[in-house]
Amino acid sequence: MRRPSPQDHQPLVIGVGNPDRGDDGLGALIASKLAQLSNARVIVRRADLLVLIDDWVDDDSVVLIDAAAGSSRPGTIHRFDLATSSLPPNLSASSTHAFGLAEAVELARALGRLPKRIILYAVEGIDFEPGAPMTAQAARAADRAARRIAADLRSWRSPRRTH
Amino acid sequence: MTVKRLRVDLIARVEGEGALDLDIEDGRVRAARLNIFEPPRLFEALLRGRGYTEAPDITARICGICPIAYQMSSVHAIENAIGVRVEGPLRALRRLIYCGEWIESHALHVVMLHAPDFLGYPNVIEMARDHRSAVEAGLLLKKAGNEILRALGGREIHPVNVRVGGFYRAPTRSELMSLTGCIERARDSALQILRWASGFSFPDYERDYELVALRHPHEYPLNEGRICSSRGLDIDAASFDSEFEERQVEHSTALHAVLKRRGSYLVGPLARYGLNFERLPPEVQSLAREVGLAAVCRNPYQSILVRMLETVYACGEALRLIDGYDPPEAACVAAPPRAAVGQACTEAPRGICHHRYEIDAGGTILGARIIPPTSQNQLCIEEDLREIASRHLSLSDDALRDRCEQAIRNYDPCISCSAHFLKLTVRRA
Repeated sequence: MRRPSPQDHQPLVIGVGNPDRGDDGLGALIASKLAQLSNARVIVRRADLLVLIDDWVDDDSVVLIDAAAGSSRPGTIHRFDLATSSLPPNLSASSTHAFGLAEAVELARALGRLPKRIILYAVEGIDFEPGAPMTAQAARAADRAARRIAADLRSWRSPRRTH
Repeated sequence: MTVKRLRVDLIARVEGEGALDLDIEDGRVRAARLNIFEPPRLFEALLRGRGYTEAPDITARICGICPIAYQMSSVHAIENAIGVRVEGPLRALRRLIYCGEWIESHALHVVMLHAPDFLGYPNVIEMARDHRSAVEAGLLLKKAGNEILRALGGREIHPVNVRVGGFYRAPTRSELMSLTGCIERARDSALQILRWASGFSFPDYERDYELVALRHPHEYPLNEGRICSSRGLDIDAASFDSEFEERQVEHSTALHAVLKRRGSYLVGPLARYGLNFERLPPEVQSLAREVGLAAVCRNPYQSILVRMLETVYACGEALRLIDGYDPPEAACVAAPPRAAVGQACTEAPRGICHHRYEIDAGGTILGARIIPPTSQNQLCIEEDLREIASRHLSLSDDALRDRCEQAIRNYDPCISCSAHFLKLTVRRA
């Protein structure tokens, strides 16, 4: 996948997950909706997440979107400021990806290669079976998450607002 | 009589899921069972009834780390069936894309998964705080491998450009030349990692494995060669069934492949290197000596050095292939179907990967059999575990688990591929 070149300090949005595993497709779906709702640069990664460290090498502001499993009610949207804290253990141990999101983020932190601003939105899914379609609950949560992240991205461009 | 059982429920830093049970009775290891509980993948059944041209795209889905091994073994087996030879620049491109897979796979295992074992870190994240330069070199190396896969395969995960008869699209010379700077930096990184790893402390452990790998008259093996062993085996891929068989074992969803007459055998970097040292360029042979490797290495812990030596070789080979690349007139040769059976073996990063296909006159696949390298190494891994655990029975269960997990990681097992894999249970009695 070609990495878009950074333009005008637009945030980089990275949707993570495998659309062929039911609600694991939430990251890619929400990222595609954000491509319509904002002028953010959007890419999708489905496996081998070590590449994220190169994906954001030129970026100061990054939004990661991934599905989460099993810690709260389905459709719940979690927001984590990864620049200031690590992923909570209950969300970091269940990656379906070969080298998971938590490992890639923490390796980047250890190497001093974490973007200055990096937010993770994790949306709770239900069904992660290979070949399963996305559940209706997750699809509805995707719309809510996209609108919320788009609003967040607009506030990032305001010089008066900080996170 | 005292009985103790030690169980590792989920072996870390391997690809896929498996467990290990150790039964210890009266101070002796009675059994070591590698339990691969990743569900059966059923790819062989999935291939039945599909077109012969679909095999490389279906089998690429077996693994995100080593898809090229499956693509290459499938296209070579089918081409053997239909009587097609792919030569010249198309053959060179196949060798080049395989170099890319070796580079990215070996970099991932050596730096991200295996090196922490030797330095006493729980994972690469902790190791990176003290060994930043090596980890950065590993990332650069992995990226270079991915770039080769993307350039030739269309994308680095599950590539889509390999086909029976060649490729769907052949790259231009300038597209390949644009990779050379990246590969040259990768070769420097591989040299840096090799010299760094040569300073590790390696346990004093060797076994008289039967080494099994491809041998080619002129080349360090990737796509082609006869299946040879350190005990005289020398057959072509079509004779695989006469010497090897797969056995079901109760404790694993992966079949165990064995030599019919001699049992366990070792595939992968140590076997390839031990049977093909003289096929390496003189500068790589000198490098091996510089880091303390003899022409044959039977210490599985030193597989980390052999993997990185192979990575140095793969970078140099990739540069050589690119330098000599003259784009083909067509991206593939004609490959019409015929009713036939074909078999092939190629060298996946973890060892030989054997495929057999039966197709009908219209090209429909009637039967498929895939024997990945990890299923071939399972018995060897269990034998290593029994021996290594026996030497360390005085350790606490936690320390013994760590030793056993490291012994398994020596093999860079790809459990999802073999799924037909890891938890450690020690039973002491």
